[in-house]
Amino acid sequence: MSSLLDAFRLTGLPAHAEAFRAEVKAFLAEHLPQVPVDVRARSWTGFDADFSRQLAQRGWVGLTLPAAYGGAGLDAFSRFVLVEELLSAGAPVAAHWIADRQSGPLILKFGSDAQKDFYLPRICAGKAFFCIGMSEPNSGSDLASVRSRATRCPEGWRLSGRKIWTTNAHHADYMIALVRTSGSPEDRQSGLSQFIIDLKQPGISVRPIVDLAGDAHFSEVAFDDVLLGEDALVGEEGSGWKQVNAELAFERSGPERFYSSVVLLDLWAECLRRNGATAQETALLGSFLTQLTCLRNLSLALTALLAKGESPVVEAALVKDIGTEFEQAIPTAIAAAISAHPDKPVDEALYRTVAYLNQVAPTFSLRGGTREILRGMIARGLGLR
Amino acid sequence: MFTEAIEKILADLCTPTRVRAVEEGGDATLLWNALQDSGFLELLTPEAQDGAGLTLESLLPIFTAFGRYALPVPAAQSIAARALLRDCPTGMLTLAGSAWRQADGSLCAPQVAFGLLADFALVNLQGELLLLDCHLARRQSMGVHGSQCATLFWPAESVGKAIGNNGEEVRVFHAAIHAATIAGAMERVLDMTLEYCNDRVQFGKAIGKFQAVQHQLSVMAEQVAASRIAAELAFSAALQVPQLLPAAIAKARTSMAVPQVSAIAHALFGAIGITEELDLQLFTRRLHEWRISEGSESYWNGIVGQAFLDQPGTCASHFVRHVALTQPA
Ligand SMILES: Cc1cc2nc3c(=O)[nH]c(=O)nc-3n(C[C@H](O)[C@H](O)[C@H](O)COP(=O)(O)OP(=O)(O)OC[C@H]3O[C@@H](n4cnc5c(N)ncnc54)[C@H](O)[C@@H]3O)c2cc1C
Repeated sequence: MSSLLDAFRLTGLPAHAEAFRAEVKAFLAEHLPQVPVDVRARSWTGFDADFSRQLAQRGWVGLTLPAAYGGAGLDAFSRFVLVEELLSAGAPVAAHWIADRQSGPLILKFGSDAQKDFYLPRICAGKAFFCIGMSEPNSGSDLASVRSRATRCPEGWRLSGRKIWTTNAHHADYMIALVRTSGSPEDRQSGLSQFIIDLKQPGISVRPIVDLAGDAHFSEVAFDDVLLGEDALVGEEGSGWKQVNAELAFERSGPERFYSSVVLLDLWAECLRRNGATAQETALLGSFLTQLTCLRNLSLALTALLAKGESPVVEAALVKDIGTEFEQAIPTAIAAAISAHPDKPVDEALYRTVAYLNQVAPTFSLRGGTREILRGMIARGLGLR
Repeated sequence: MFTEAIEKILADLCTPTRVRAVEEGGDATLLWNALQDSGFLELLTPEAQDGAGLTLESLLPIFTAFGRYALPVPAAQSIAARALLRDCPTGMLTLAGSAWRQADGSLCAPQVAFGLLADFALVNLQGELLLLDCHLARRQSMGVHGSQCATLFWPAESVGKAIGNNGEEVRVFHAAIHAATIAGAMERVLDMTLEYCNDRVQFGKAIGKFQAVQHQLSVMAEQVAASRIAAELAFSAALQVPQLLPAAIAKARTSMAVPQVSAIAHALFGAIGITEELDLQLFTRRLHEWRISEGSESYWNGIVGQAFLDQPGTCASHFVRHVALTQPA
């Protein structure tokens, strides 16, 4: 057997993580903002700074960061439960999402003591929101070709260039950017470094970009000779590529890679319960649950590896690819199902939610690495090329 | 321990040549006796009755191995029968998850796996459990090339009394068996296809170097990964008979993967893939048969969907977690 698939063994959640679920549910019962269902369907792109701060007060932003920095010091299993409950409820988690999932752990792993002391408590308090500046107008999948450049100067570094599609840049306090510090784009992965950039500094302009559903969740960010102190560099100069890749297994294996349409799924099920379901609709609903069960088990298997300190990067690419295919299939199929009976009324909230998800579903397999790129990684993991 | 011993028997005796011979009506006794005489049919029989006293968890690797070797005898069915019925007769025993009475009182069990070979069938007659002697039945081959599947008709007078009311367990267990053998056969198909794509050269390079081919293999691997973990769910409990919902999800998910896995394998093998000579067909023919045996994904997804609809106020996340949680630790 191809050993790539050996990582996927059925794993249950440990008791402490299941026990944690009750706390999360109780929190949500009290604090989940009362918004229409098609707004809840925005899921992890829904921005609500107040909600994120309430979550932070509960200790659940920076969930896996050590208590010394204000984190909850919980493990990957607990994070799985928190994310699962937040997404299932359609909670607006975008404000703290990136800091919690990526920036915090990155600073913990590669940052200096001073950086940890400064940023981590702020992240855990919900007072520092982050964004990730990797993509540029001419560097998408081919990330190693980034051209934004930081050049050494007596005070530290001077940064010029542009980032694009940066989720939440217009709301965020800080960006962690991947930029070139030596060589040229032809040098590829070498010569790239990561910087923490305070977005309020002079020389930075942020322009929100409106998407096809009318939302502005990402931005274009321009850096015009921005002065960065010595302490802005995270980790080692020239190690940016390695550092970016270290977190990929966390980014791609979680429930957010198959829960993006779950609010719609639940809404549709409610409508079927109310109005009755045909055998076909029941089987379609069942097929979603069947797939969801298996995806969740695939993801949990990787969570167990993450909890052990492993980094199953290719396996995570596999979960993300099959997971996003599933979350894209849900609005496609439900759209067909609700309009299979043109002479019957359609629930308006259901209609809006389906329409919204069909509009944005293409992003599921773009953000975090495109389908084509992931499939190339999986193929290599299978021993091809 | 058992798995390795059984794999050894399969590697020695369940060769592609023998699989073909049995499919053509050749003698399966040698293979069957090897499994029977080593006591491997008694894996679920309690230790007090000289069995191995295993539970489902230990069976999964064995049943997937049966799929990986395209085992042409009803060993998985006979093993399962020991959990459904304490005193099983000696001989090849198969499972029939559905059956009905005809107008003339005779009993019809449609498309029974191994129906052409089996000595006995454990039959689910609308919830009642019957043990029937296949030699008393008229066996009507389905007429599908290479298939050992047959519809069986028992004359009214040959149908004895029900021996239990756990007939539905036959269907559920058999569906779980198919899920495991599908997962096993898919592992084999994936391995064969990967190997072929690294070896076959066109345009001066291995076809596995073409991105279009790589992406298809990645999709196949995803489907196999999902199928394996689905099958594991049905066999994850320390029980002797799979539970309804885990088995339903396992059978539905593995069946859903069959068309794609099989289609990709055949697409990548090109013309040679559909030849009788290449072993691929031993597996893809079975995958298609197992997908529609004991209910396709349409049936089992219907069971899953109905179970969800029957729980008002339950969200999808809760439901899928509950399926996993019903497993005793
Ligand atoms: C909602 C959303 C949020 C995002 N948030 C962020 C963010 O916060 N920070 C950030 O840095 N970026 C972000 N991105 C950008 C995202 O990472 C990029 O969209 C992604 O990496 C693809 O780059 P691209 O859009 O330039 O497409 P391209 O790389 O130009 O790709 C276009 C098409 O070509 C295909 N392609 C490219 N190369 C190959 C190849 N070698 N083989 C086969 N096919 C190939 C791609 O798969 C795709 O289908 C976000 C994107 C979206 C949609």
